[in-house]
Amino acid sequence: MEIEQLEKVASQVRRDIVRMVHGCQSGHPGGSLGCTELLVALYFERLKLKEQDGKPVFDMDGKDEDLFFLSNGHISPVWYSVLSRRGYFPKEEMATFRKLNSRLQGHPTTHEHLEGIRIASGSLGQGMSVAIGAALAKKLNNDKGLVYVLMGDGEQQEGQVWEAATFAPHHQVDNLVAFIDLNGQQIDGPTVKVMNNLDLGKKYEAFGWEVISIEEGNDMAAVVKGLYEAKSRLGHGRPIMVLLHTGMGFGVDFMMGSHKWHGVAPNDEQLAAALAQLEETLGDY
Amino acid sequence: MKKYTFTEKKDTRSGFGAGMHVLGQQNPNVVALCADLVGSLKLEPFIKENPERFVQCGISEANMIGISAGLTIGGKIPFATTFANFATGRVYDQIRQSVAYSNKNVKICASHAGLTLGEDGATHQILEDLGMMKMLPGMTVINPCDYNQTKAATIAIADYEGPVYLRFGRPVIPVFTDADQKFEIGKAWMVNEGTDVSIFATGHMVWEAIQAGEILEAEGINAEIINIHTIKPLDEEAILKSVEKTGCAVTAEEHNRLGGLGDSVAQVLVKNKLVPQEYVAVNDSFGESGTPAQLMEKYGLTAKDIVAAAKRAIARK
Repeated sequence: MEIEQLEKVASQVRRDIVRMVHGCQSGHPGGSLGCTELLVALYFERLKLKEQDGKPVFDMDGKDEDLFFLSNGHISPVWYSVLSRRGYFPKEEMATFRKLNSRLQGHPTTHEHLEGIRIASGSLGQGMSVAIGAALAKKLNNDKGLVYVLMGDGEQQEGQVWEAATFAPHHQVDNLVAFIDLNGQQIDGPTVKVMNNLDLGKKYEAFGWEVISIEEGNDMAAVVKGLYEAKSRLGHGRPIMVLLHTGMGFGVDFMMGSHKWHGVAPNDEQLAAALAQLEETLGDY
Repeated sequence: MKKYTFTEKKDTRSGFGAGMHVLGQQNPNVVALCADLVGSLKLEPFIKENPERFVQCGISEANMIGISAGLTIGGKIPFATTFANFATGRVYDQIRQSVAYSNKNVKICASHAGLTLGEDGATHQILEDLGMMKMLPGMTVINPCDYNQTKAATIAIADYEGPVYLRFGRPVIPVFTDADQKFEIGKAWMVNEGTDVSIFATGHMVWEAIQAGEILEAEGINAEIINIHTIKPLDEEAILKSVEKTGCAVTAEEHNRLGGLGDSVAQVLVKNKLVPQEYVAVNDSFGESGTPAQLMEKYGLTAKDIVAAAKRAIARK
């Protein structure tokens, strides 16, 4: 897909995010808006997905296709929007986000059988281990599909992340691309104040990962380029870590750069102000 | 009283290792994972024949559970193995989210469960694991009684779709069940039919229950003994059928009396048929260092403790 088209999808995804969170007055808009370019680029450009008649076909095992795992499950709105816009489930279902009897739980789950989701996430720090397991299964199955996983930067404070970080290079899991969303914010404030992660890139390098950066994580062309670069480096014995620099709340001026929009819903006026900044490109749900 | 004899004593963990050896040859999807305890889990024969299907995780149990969940995405059947304490309490949240809630086909295989780990003491013993695991929706919880049954259970759970907790131990105990038995998940095993008291035992306590049954028989008390190898799903029908006949119950487990088999049986009785029940279990405490036999004695988990409990239950009828 052309960059311009991807940007149009991203604009609609941002509208979906703020509308979903507004609709139930609950959820996490900040990190969702910040990761919009990555998820759009992955699902509309990068991931090799099983398709039939232009629509993705979902099965849990995901053999012979690329897999994506969201470890920081609280940014579910961006994932739900992208999955739906990509054709995994009807866009109207987004209106049920975080409401009773919905398949779109506050944090993603397989429990409700939502197409596109293969593991529950929400309790942080578990996603990279799962992605490594899925990557190992692909190797055992002689499956050339790749595995992608996204984590938050605050999430790097979980110990399990570093168990997984040790494991992947040791076992030469070189069909895996991990991302850290470096927006520098977590619930209680800037990450440097809450618990300074200090030189994540150097840490992963020291653990044996190949580390690359996407400095403009909210620039679609830069993200697409970064994804191609990441893929080109796979298959040489080392997992790839992509440091994705994003802005929390990107695309909605009053949400940008502040941890205050980590987990707060906009009111009616704020919703209107946000939507005025985001072009409706694919039709609202 | 039906006679049970044995010619050798073996540890149940070796039954697990033997089961894994068979699975390695029979089921190409089975993958073994371990957190630096290969020898303790008796995995050497599996690894020797299937090195590509063994994943050494090092001392990182949380990561091992996550990797196991990931392996199921791709159709593998991961057997995640370590000591029971580290396989449950240490990684409860990982099991809860990535395995049980996500309904992944992970087999959590836990050795050195209970008090009979012995000399290592309370940090390495665990008496709460059955409770923690049975509270997880969708989790199947199995605690077999001897070497042969552990081997049969290990083989059986590979064919069962869904998360399973399989619990076994280190001490050598009598091997008294058939070598070629079929293991039926969720179906209690009638050890001895009787009329005066129902003894529901699990794991290492089944052999103690058999010995208790012989002591009781000598005193003219006819005990029915049932091996509850599957704590969840619980064979409620077998439990109720037995107490209908005997009118009282004893539960015997190498576990905290809170949250284990005893409480599961009590729930069935409260809902369906109120009969006296006595617990043989650890009285809400941690363990300590000692030989397995010393610990069983001190914490009240021997045949004579079951005999005393049976008499109390009968007296309350």
